[in-house]
Amino acid sequence: MIELVSSQRCIGCDKCVHVCPTNVFDRGADGIPVIARQDDCQTCFMCEAYCPVDALFVAPTTHPQPADAPLRDESRLAGSDLLGSYRARIGWGRGRTPGARFAVGPELPGATPATPTTTTLTATAPADSATPTPHPKGTTQ
Amino acid sequence: MTRPTQTGLSLDTDVMVLGGGPAGAWAAISAAEAGARVVLADKGYLGTSGAAASGGNNLWYLPEDESLRARAVADREALGGRLTDRRWMERVQTETYRQINRLAEWGYPFPRDEHGNERRSSLQGPEYMRRLRRKVHRSGVHILDHHPALELLTDADGTVSGAAGLRRQEGWTRWQARAGAVVLATGGCAFLSGAFGLNVDTGDGHLMAAELGAELSGMEFSSVYGRSPAFGNHTKGLMMQFASYYDASGRPLEAEGHKGAELIARRLAAGRPVHARLDRAPTALRQSMRQAQPNYFLPLDKAGVDPFDEAYPLRLVFEGTVRGTGGLRLLTPDCATGVPGLYAAGDVATRELVTGAASGGGSLNGAWAISSGTWAGGGAARFARNRGALPPRHNLRPAGTTALRAAPPGGHPTTRAEVDETVTTVQKEVLPLDRNYFRTADRLHTSLRTLDTLWGRLADQPAATDGRTMLRAREAAAMTAHARWMYRAALAREESRGVHRRDDRPGTAARFEHRLMVSGLEQLDVRADPVLPVLTAKGTRAARIAAGDASQERRVS
Ligand SMILES: Cc1cc2nc3c(=O)[nH]c(=O)nc-3n(C[C@H](O)[C@H](O)[C@H](O)COP(=O)(O)OP(=O)(O)OC[C@H]3O[C@@H](n4cnc5c(N)ncnc54)[C@H](O)[C@@H]3O)c2cc1C
Ligand code: SF4
Ligand code: SF4
Repeated sequence: MIELVSSQRCIGCDKCVHVCPTNVFDRGADGIPVIARQDDCQTCFMCEAYCPVDALFVAPTTHPQPADAPLRDESRLAGSDLLGSYRARIGWGRGRTPGARFAVGPELPGATPATPTTTTLTATAPADSATPTPHPKGTTQ
Repeated sequence: MTRPTQTGLSLDTDVMVLGGGPAGAWAAISAAEAGARVVLADKGYLGTSGAAASGGNNLWYLPEDESLRARAVADREALGGRLTDRRWMERVQTETYRQINRLAEWGYPFPRDEHGNERRSSLQGPEYMRRLRRKVHRSGVHILDHHPALELLTDADGTVSGAAGLRRQEGWTRWQARAGAVVLATGGCAFLSGAFGLNVDTGDGHLMAAELGAELSGMEFSSVYGRSPAFGNHTKGLMMQFASYYDASGRPLEAEGHKGAELIARRLAAGRPVHARLDRAPTALRQSMRQAQPNYFLPLDKAGVDPFDEAYPLRLVFEGTVRGTGGLRLLTPDCATGVPGLYAAGDVATRELVTGAASGGGSLNGAWAISSGTWAGGGAARFARNRGALPPRHNLRPAGTTALRAAPPGGHPTTRAEVDETVTTVQKEVLPLDRNYFRTADRLHTSLRTLDTLWGRLADQPAATDGRTMLRAREAAAMTAHARWMYRAALAREESRGVHRRDDRPGTAARFEHRLMVSGLEQLDVRADPVLPVLTAKGTRAARIAAGDASQERRVS
């Protein structure tokens, strides 16, 4: 669950207020968002991914942390590189390469057969792109 | 708390898309490309909301190689318990391939393997959805974030003519859009189980469509749970292919394959712990595993667990019809629901046509969202164009029933406590493994008695006065309806097939090799779908038995 909005780091851009899918934050009077509805947090890490200054921390647990928990201790989190770690992994932010570029992954027996797609495909339009999609018959009533 | 007011936002458009996950995004792009004006409203935020944004998608993305594609169809057909339709599977292959290649042209940063070849069969959630948002925006679509839809609107003839909802970051005021056609892309229903990114998916679209008489299909294929660390909700399963499983004392558990999955579920259902460790991952692969799926490792890292080294406790989190396959039944190749002017795409629609009785999470659902979104957007644009002028505003009729009308004289508006109780009541029937993962006729009957009684109370439930409660009341009603469809269909399917397990009916019965339709809100009706599965020659039972591969027929008891 969302546990921390660092008032030291926050620049009041309101991104987290906009992107949180479950509307957990409210705009605070001082411009710093407040965690208004922690129960609604679905621990999806999206706010962390979008915060430009790594001011947010979402604990991995689905229940709130006690006040003195290490996962709420800002200096400890900052010291162990846990602030902004999702953003770093997905390679978002100035000067970073999108993490998707490195997501080759191992071959997994249960996944789609990983099919090498050569770069030439980017240039050639897929053969079917000009033809209308076939409409199966018999599913209509 | 702010009272939702009638003064709010009023819009006119050709196509209204409800939901901004991948299905809604692709539908909006496709409708705009067909020349329609498009408005897209999401409960949350287009880019972060829904299953794909949090989870990411491996895709059924296959090169244009006839034999490879045919093999993939035959494989999925067997896995899907022979309820699929080959023609739809082939269409999904073609469409997904085409659209993913366009996504590459739009700049999605696909990785390259060691030979320099691009790999296009996997998408990281936040990156994928951020790119789609940009494309939707550039297509001229009017995006409304934090605008949950509550109900559909029809004209005097019952043709869908728009939708209405709440503006939850604008003081919970109202919005209303008049539209020539509507695409539902509101996702599946995960019953507020808390599963990774799924609390926005409460089956709202299914309820809206059912209020206009739409039928559903495959609702019995809804007993899907994801494996997550016990402390969290992160149901990322792919990396677990490298896991070994242990009991509390560190003794290994025999947890291979289909049987193993059931064993783990039975242990957890009995309250006995199961631990996992990725000790089957070769050291050389570990870095690439981390790069492939950062959202699997992130929560573990934060909790100080190195999953390659240390066994961590698991739990199973319910994912309902997100990674199950049931949803609105489709009548045409462009995803019409049968209600005039109403189209459905992605998880709100049944995915049985392509995944049958098996879960489509893991490659087919994502491909389906792309393909069905594209078709539904095109279909809705055509419908709106052929229809011409929008009906006059005073002729629009709100189609929502439960939890939306003002309390009658003497009645009281619905309270938050009442709504929370509804949610808890439904969750008690659908979340527990021993109710839903392992089904029996007795337990299904017991649950249905509770759920039917609950629906009886909700049917004429008045609206709440504050917007937040009003939205939750609609979600709770949608979940109640969903649970009833699931269990009614589960009772009717007197066998086990795919993800639907009946402990009292182990084994697949040939007489059930067809899809089941369910419809209604008060009175539920289940019947066999007159449209039969369309299977490949290779996939026929005779051919497989001849090939000595009858293993798929037998079910683990
Ligand atoms: C952890 C996880 C991993 C997965 N991995 C894979 C995979 O590897 N491969 C694969 O193919 N599939 C996978 N899936 C499934 C896949 O993500 C979904 O099938 C896909 O996201 C469906 O897209 P959708 O747009 O239909 O639904 P969603 O992505 O769930 O989006 C639904 C949208 O509708 C909005 N909405 C809901 N109600 C309303 C309302 N009343 N008004 C307005 N908007 C509303 C929500 O806010 C949400 O944005 C995975 C799922 C999970 C949970
Ligand atoms: S983790 Fe997700 S739900 Fe929780 S506050 Fe952040 S964005 Fe919102
Ligand atoms: S996204 Fe970060 S910087 Fe912007 S308001 Fe939220 S916490 Fe502050």
